[in-house]
Amino acid sequence: MGAGALAEGPAQARPAAVNSGIVSVERRAQGALPRRTDDMALAWKNYDGGGFFDELISSPGNARAPARRLISCLAALSDAEIESRRRMAEAAIRQMGVTFTVYSEEGNIDRAWPFDIIPRTIAARQWREVEAGLKQRLRALNRFIDDVYHEQRMVADGAFPAEVLAQSKNFRPECRGVSPPFGVWANICGTDLVRDERGRFFVLEDNLRVPSGVAYMLENRAITKRVLPELFENETILPVNDYPSQLFDMLAALSPRKVRNPGIVVLTPGIYNSAYFEHAYLAQQMGLELVEGRDLVVEQDRVHMRTIAGLERVDVIYRRIDDLFLDPEVFNPDSALGVPGLMRAWRAGQVAIANAPGAGVADDKVVYAYVPRMIEYYLGEQPLLPNVPTWLCSDPAQRKHVLAHLDELVVKPANESGGYGMLVGPHATRKERAEFAERIQADPRNYIAQPTLKLSVAPTLVDGGRLEPRHLDLRPFVLQAADLHVTTGGLTRVAMRKGSLVVNSSQGGGSKDTWIVDTEAR
Amino acid sequence: MLSSVAERIYWAARYLERAENTARLIRVYDSLLLDLPRGLDITWYNLVELNSAAESFAERYRVQDERNVVKFLLADADNPISLQTSLKWVRENLRTTRDVFSPEVWELVNELFYFGRDEVAQGLGRKLRYEFCAGVIRGCELVNGQIAATTSRDAAWRFLELGRYLERADMTTRILDAGAVTLLQSPDLQGQVNLGQIVWGHVLGSLGAELAFRRRVRMRVGGPEVAGFLLDDPDFPRTLRFCRERVAEAIRMLPRSKGVLALLEEVAEVHYGIEGIEDLGQRFRDHLNELQIRIATLHRQIADTWFAAA
Repeated sequence: MGAGALAEGPAQARPAAVNSGIVSVERRAQGALPRRTDDMALAWKNYDGGGFFDELISSPGNARAPARRLISCLAALSDAEIESRRRMAEAAIRQMGVTFTVYSEEGNIDRAWPFDIIPRTIAARQWREVEAGLKQRLRALNRFIDDVYHEQRMVADGAFPAEVLAQSKNFRPECRGVSPPFGVWANICGTDLVRDERGRFFVLEDNLRVPSGVAYMLENRAITKRVLPELFENETILPVNDYPSQLFDMLAALSPRKVRNPGIVVLTPGIYNSAYFEHAYLAQQMGLELVEGRDLVVEQDRVHMRTIAGLERVDVIYRRIDDLFLDPEVFNPDSALGVPGLMRAWRAGQVAIANAPGAGVADDKVVYAYVPRMIEYYLGEQPLLPNVPTWLCSDPAQRKHVLAHLDELVVKPANESGGYGMLVGPHATRKERAEFAERIQADPRNYIAQPTLKLSVAPTLVDGGRLEPRHLDLRPFVLQAADLHVTTGGLTRVAMRKGSLVVNSSQGGGSKDTWIVDTEAR
Repeated sequence: MLSSVAERIYWAARYLERAENTARLIRVYDSLLLDLPRGLDITWYNLVELNSAAESFAERYRVQDERNVVKFLLADADNPISLQTSLKWVRENLRTTRDVFSPEVWELVNELFYFGRDEVAQGLGRKLRYEFCAGVIRGCELVNGQIAATTSRDAAWRFLELGRYLERADMTTRILDAGAVTLLQSPDLQGQVNLGQIVWGHVLGSLGAELAFRRRVRMRVGGPEVAGFLLDDPDFPRTLRFCRERVAEAIRMLPRSKGVLALLEEVAEVHYGIEGIEDLGQRFRDHLNELQIRIATLHRQIADTWFAAA
């Protein structure tokens, strides 16, 4: 999972919106029956995004167009009604077994998925622009990866520094010269987007290894339909549930054998992986076998799975295992998760692997800084979606700037994920900053810095049934084989702690259903 | 079907069946002990022995009383055969085979797991024990019903049947054994109460078989009739014969089934004739024990044939 973006921000968001629920309690205490309007739980009129870009309202009391009906519908629900819907969602999550796994918690491996019932809305017209930008970006990234494992033209032309490639932890020499179907290496990309104080979308990072979260996007919608069905009656909310069939079609297109029913499997590291729920969910949605390494065997460069009737041919592997665990013959020899001989079979073109081994070379926060240049270099186009401005510590001048402005910047290691190992300048102590400065000096290639963004917020139901702004990001998923496909919206992750900018579920993040609303269809 | 998936389905079915049987056993024992005359040395500890769990019990408890036995069988997460453990393994095995069953099956299994875990305190005290056990039994049957209504009759279904009926056959032998041992342990009461009728009535009750027995046998409940019914009735779904036939059917429909089928026929060859009450003593217990051993052998052959992974 990507690092949570950070924003400067007041240590606390504005004081909580005044809760009319409390008012009504006082009135009850005086013996007066509360009027229906007084009993409304969510004080939409008083809610204020606190100076950040708010996804649902443009100013206190004024909903943005795609959120208008949503808010009037929610505002008509009583205190008790909202609470009962929240509980229904909780029960649905538990019952549906929507969980994620936290590594550190022994014994209790599963946690219920934290979910806020108030959806986040985006206008369909705006989404189409984002979608075009996402497709453009993935096309360029795939051209780059293919180039890196063949002629390395971009490096030869001086548009990409050779030393960045030379020092990349995710470059796999074993992949040189391989040509995966359609020249596409990253078939599935999870792109993290954030919005600034003006509501402009920026790309925060491209997840090209084994991006996760799409099952939660689908389950979030299923939960919202279950607990707030009336919201869907008067609104054109574009459906999200075609993702599994899009994914299936994409995988089937990769099969080296042109047969009617290619053997396609989802390869999981197993039940203790934090995204296991998703692996199982996607396998089920696509009607594919969910396999672990020990279910597969390679014979004469062909991959088979062990079944009750004997060995059965496998043509395409949707793998959710990191490169280094894929094949103990080539990578980590101690890995019991992988399949001995898998890389041989892949290089011989006998099996397709998505994402292709080595695709992670472009999933690196230093390489990220060069994506706008890739778009120009390979496609001859201007980027439709901007990067967050990024300083590379490997460059002496930029490093100097970073070290001089550590108290304003967010510094990230190039190859970590899950929000680990970062320095949040404005929130860090002097000592932490000094320590980080040393780390940067010792290994400059491994660090990049970005300004602290004023991340957008959305009204979120917090303890006590009040509405408060919480920061969020968005992870759409992009598929590429012969064609490209983008999910309708994506997974919205929310930093559930007040003022926090860390949206990772492993660190207190939650999520919201994401609506792409066609306001023109009304 | 993947060998590893087949194995998990098989075990999910076995654990589901075991959970239900454990609840049935405790529910019926509760009522049995209330019906027995005072001073009889029939203890809850029999339930531990008939599950071959004496060693595991001794590791954790000293006193062999009702409280400890019920706790051990219902709530003890360290006891490999407790209800908690069974429900946990149903859930874990289904969690790893969610691509085979409908989402509703998974939802029901989740509900059942949480019920078994969060409400188990009810089962420990006498007052709500019946309700708790009934809740577990109902939950298991809901899962089975949902599976039956939404699962294709393909390999997945056959491994379910295999697991369910093998476990059920094993449990029926153990419940018969429980009846036999209770009577062997009892002193001769010389007609004070009809002990045999009470005990064998409860044996039928624990399998939900009273009604079926009465319709079939049409006479009062006696040991030879009950034992004969539970061994050989072709129609009631918990008799050994019924279980064996379902297992055979499931095996026949699976690939590479010759060896397993041959072994099953050997199991069927063991016949035990029951003429009268004298046939329900130690020799009967030995026969039941022999059946349990053969069921275990059959299980190993099934694992070697279909589950073997390198």
